[in-house]
Amino acid sequence: MKTFKLGGIHPAENKMAASQPIEEFPLPKQGIIPVSQHLGAPAKVLVKRGDQVKTGQLVAETAGFISANVHSPYTGKVKKIDHVIDASGYRHQAIIIDVAENEEWEEGIDTSGDIIRQVTAEPNEITEKMKAKGIVGLGGATFPSHVKLMVPEGKKVEYLIINGVECEPYLTNDHRLMLEKAEEMMIGVSILMKGLGVNKAIIGIENNKMDAVEKLQSLVKDFDGISVEPLKVKYPQGGEKQLIKALINREVPSGKLPLEVGCVVNNVATAYAVYEAVQKNKPLIDRIVTVTGKSLKKTANLKVRIGTKFSELVEYVGGLPEDTGKIVAGGPMTGKAITSLDVPVIKGTAGILIMNKKEARQAEPRTCIRCAKCTEVCPQGLEPFLLHQFGELQKPEDAEVNGIMDCIECGSCNYTCPSNRPLLEYIRYGKAQTNEMIRNRKQK
Amino acid sequence: MNQVIISAVISLGAIGGAAAIILYFVAQKFKVIEDPRIDEVDEILPAANCGGCGYAGCRAFAEAIVKTGDLDNLYCPVGGNEMMKQIAPIIGVEAKEKEPEVAVVRCNGTRQYAPEKVEYDGPQSCAFAHSLFAGKSGCPNGCLGLDDCVESCDFDAMYMDEETGLPVIIEDNCVACGACVDTCPRDIIELRPKGKKDKRVFISCVNTEKGAVSRKHCSVSCIGCGQCVTACPFDAISMENNLAYIHPEKCKLCRLCVPICPTNAIVEANFPEMSDKLIEKAKENYTKQKEKKKGAGKAGEEKAKAKKATSTDKKTSASSEKKTQDKSISTSDAEKKEPRNDSEQTSKQKDKSSPDNPENK
Amino acid sequence: MNNQLTISSSPHVHGNWTIEKAMYGVVLAMIPAMLVSFYMFGLGALRVMLISVIACLAIEYIIQKYLIKGPVTITDGSAIVTGILLAFNVPTSIPTWMLIAGAIVAIGMGKMSFGGLGKNPFNPALVGRVFMLISFPAAMTTWPKPIMSRQYFSFSGLDEKVMDSITGPTPLGILQEQGPGAVTPDYVNHLLGSMSGSMGEISAIALILGGVYMLVRKIITWHIPVSYLLSSFLFAGILWLVDPTQYADPLFHMVTGGLMLGVFFMATDYVSSPMSKKGMLIFGFGTGVLTILIRVFTPYPEGVSFAILLMNAFTPLINSYTKPKRFGEKLPA
Repeated sequence: MKTFKLGGIHPAENKMAASQPIEEFPLPKQGIIPVSQHLGAPAKVLVKRGDQVKTGQLVAETAGFISANVHSPYTGKVKKIDHVIDASGYRHQAIIIDVAENEEWEEGIDTSGDIIRQVTAEPNEITEKMKAKGIVGLGGATFPSHVKLMVPEGKKVEYLIINGVECEPYLTNDHRLMLEKAEEMMIGVSILMKGLGVNKAIIGIENNKMDAVEKLQSLVKDFDGISVEPLKVKYPQGGEKQLIKALINREVPSGKLPLEVGCVVNNVATAYAVYEAVQKNKPLIDRIVTVTGKSLKKTANLKVRIGTKFSELVEYVGGLPEDTGKIVAGGPMTGKAITSLDVPVIKGTAGILIMNKKEARQAEPRTCIRCAKCTEVCPQGLEPFLLHQFGELQKPEDAEVNGIMDCIECGSCNYTCPSNRPLLEYIRYGKAQTNEMIRNRKQK
Repeated sequence: MNQVIISAVISLGAIGGAAAIILYFVAQKFKVIEDPRIDEVDEILPAANCGGCGYAGCRAFAEAIVKTGDLDNLYCPVGGNEMMKQIAPIIGVEAKEKEPEVAVVRCNGTRQYAPEKVEYDGPQSCAFAHSLFAGKSGCPNGCLGLDDCVESCDFDAMYMDEETGLPVIIEDNCVACGACVDTCPRDIIELRPKGKKDKRVFISCVNTEKGAVSRKHCSVSCIGCGQCVTACPFDAISMENNLAYIHPEKCKLCRLCVPICPTNAIVEANFPEMSDKLIEKAKENYTKQKEKKKGAGKAGEEKAKAKKATSTDKKTSASSEKKTQDKSISTSDAEKKEPRNDSEQTSKQKDKSSPDNPENK
Repeated sequence: MNNQLTISSSPHVHGNWTIEKAMYGVVLAMIPAMLVSFYMFGLGALRVMLISVIACLAIEYIIQKYLIKGPVTITDGSAIVTGILLAFNVPTSIPTWMLIAGAIVAIGMGKMSFGGLGKNPFNPALVGRVFMLISFPAAMTTWPKPIMSRQYFSFSGLDEKVMDSITGPTPLGILQEQGPGAVTPDYVNHLLGSMSGSMGEISAIALILGGVYMLVRKIITWHIPVSYLLSSFLFAGILWLVDPTQYADPLFHMVTGGLMLGVFFMATDYVSSPMSKKGMLIFGFGTGVLTILIRVFTPYPEGVSFAILLMNAFTPLINSYTKPKRFGEKLPA
């Protein structure tokens, strides 16, 4: 079975929500819709206080090439436009909507459960639709998806790679999606193929989700050019560079995009969102969120409207346990710890992880014993112990030479360090310094 | 035996002599001619190598002084005016007096006023915490309390107050090198003129959030109510991004703004305790200034007046949180829609009224 | 305080690998060799082992507590490893005070003077051993015979009266003195440990067992042991092929002296060996060649410690020249 070669770790999977079917989460009373849910420029607000909005209405539009539309997930009245704390820990602009009782959808949106199999849209229509409906990469980076479809001239795309790896421990939202919305997702993949003009697509899934692999493989015969590839479990296989390496054995050159080796990578959830946008005209206003944690009474995979507060989701699974020590938006390896449960679900929220006091505390960092474990597990072939020193000593030049900008921040080095050194923290710090240095250099 | 000694002495002597000659010529060949004044200046400099002057060290600073030949933009905060006077004759110019400065911490969010809501677990350095979250109290501008500044100080002029969780500056030791100012990721520390008899008045907050928001995590934050701006008879206080700032060059240290501040965000240093009389006087002054400035507003165009009214409304209702927030949104919206002229005009009006003020007093 | 959430940056989970696990794993791996030495040399071996470990721990404690006045970390196991390795590297007849002097140098000079665990450029146990070898050459090269020396035990080392009858040269010593003709290869006994020598180095089998355990537990990687073994085997083999009458056969080199101890336990020391795979291979290769060079061409019969220390000195250089292969690295066209 295939996997990537360099480095990698095997954190405990803890995917206890894997058997929980997706549940539709009820509408909240109030929704908080940040305008910056994606990578790139924050969207420009189109509504003002007191405006009535319908479900699916455009409320903030793209501001720049790399930016995305934001739609209202609710019918109701705009209460205010304010700055609220989001998962980043800082305040950002958001539209706050009081949700009305009766839901009214924007015209043209197909809310029925019928599967539309015939793809009639032309490639440029597909791109336009994705742009209009605010589709972003749902794997976590929330990169505006339509930009990925605009292949620059001179570049040729051979493969569409669909990421169903879900290598983060705890998270199961992609897994459930592949099981329950398999056909829709496959149609989404073929739409993306059409949009890109490629005839080969590979769906990579780790072999701890064999049921999903089997389910998708049973559908493959209806779709030309799509194949499903089980992969050996290893973190961070979901990193796009690692995934490409594992599936077609090509290495994305340092500092380049997957396009360089003829690949475009999209997440399974993105494929599903594309299906909804193109076939059903539905903008990206909901997503599947895994709510999980060892101390929770039950775990769940919930289909949640964007803007629902974390607190409501946690309430749904039985409330916050007494001994909660940390709340993480996303998975344990790359997610962000948040300061309060008032944070809303955004397009990139894949899960909410509740950790108890014991899990939350990190052990005291100790001296580096130069065991080279970090070098062993780094999937990018870097030397984290060295980069971390350069970060600490503020030496961006040396850090750059040693490839600090290649770091994908997967956290494998931190995970494995016997001395609990905060390697990734210092590397991020070093990266910021190096970035600044490169910017300054370019300005000169 | 003698022969051995003699030959040893001669051969060693010859080797020594030859080496001396070679060394002499090499030294001549590679001699670096340096302006002797650099050494003279370097002698006078404090040799602290703190970088407060903007150069890598005292030697580099001395080189810069001699090379440029004037002291316009060069100043050693450690040595101060006295020392610059000594340096000036060496390069034959007049020394420029500069008001001595001192670093001040513009955050008063102690553990008592800005209670910690979350725990931070990671490298104990502000730079990291800053990139991770808003801070233990939730204030996105407040002090993170992880003593990066204390560590940056070369002069033992800072320490961390364990009780408040804020850094404290020992004024006698502070040389205003600016190392802490550069280090602070939130630009909390500022170099301010020491002031007459070391007396200073400044706003001890850098929070730019709206009042209602900042009050949630800190009871002594500047809420941007603008009362101090109104109260100041010298127009030394300006308001930007919901944050007041006292311009030290205009401030006459009258202390009339201090008791006015509803959140006690204005801090005064090295003053005697405020007497009741002064507090009374400040209140009187406030009402007087308010009326006067209102009057000045009436003389202006109607639009400007409307704007003033909303802003004064905002001031008075600062305590009732939600109302303020709604209103501030509407005002900010209104501001955006209105052409720029208005704000310019209001500021002009202010300028006009300002020269009168000192006379009034 | 109690119901506050914790904020930290990702990752929020940690593997359960710790310094302690690595260090006590090494200790566990050394137990077979320890047992063999207890069997072969009796109480004397136990004495050396205990004194060495206790001395190392005590010195580290004293230095950390009273000299550095920092946190005391003697429980992390690294001082125990150093202590056992130092004991492994001396003959069981060594007087107690010499051993303590060796421990002081090993921990004090070899480790703590550089800043403690993780910062020492040389393997501390070897620093102590080489110090003892140079300072007390006679005591360090008087090798008790296995089994025979078992019943003789005293705290000040071996009794002089019985010294001659129960000590004998090591196979490498004989080789050095009299050439390969004089040594009769007895591989079975050499593997099991029935020969004169330092306390822990005698049984190749026990050491290999420990090494395999460490490889399985992933405490060490295969790079240094394999390259070390291969290079010393090849180099000794080439010499042997050139002139079998003058040079011993490579297998003999493999099983005698401290080679196995060095291969698995001393060359693989985390702190003083290179970080990258390539570097480890170079390190192992250099150590192997140097070991045989010293054994064959210098007056010292044994060269493992010197070879490893010499290569330790090269480690920073190797580190800066051998970078791991980066993902997506631009390959030279």
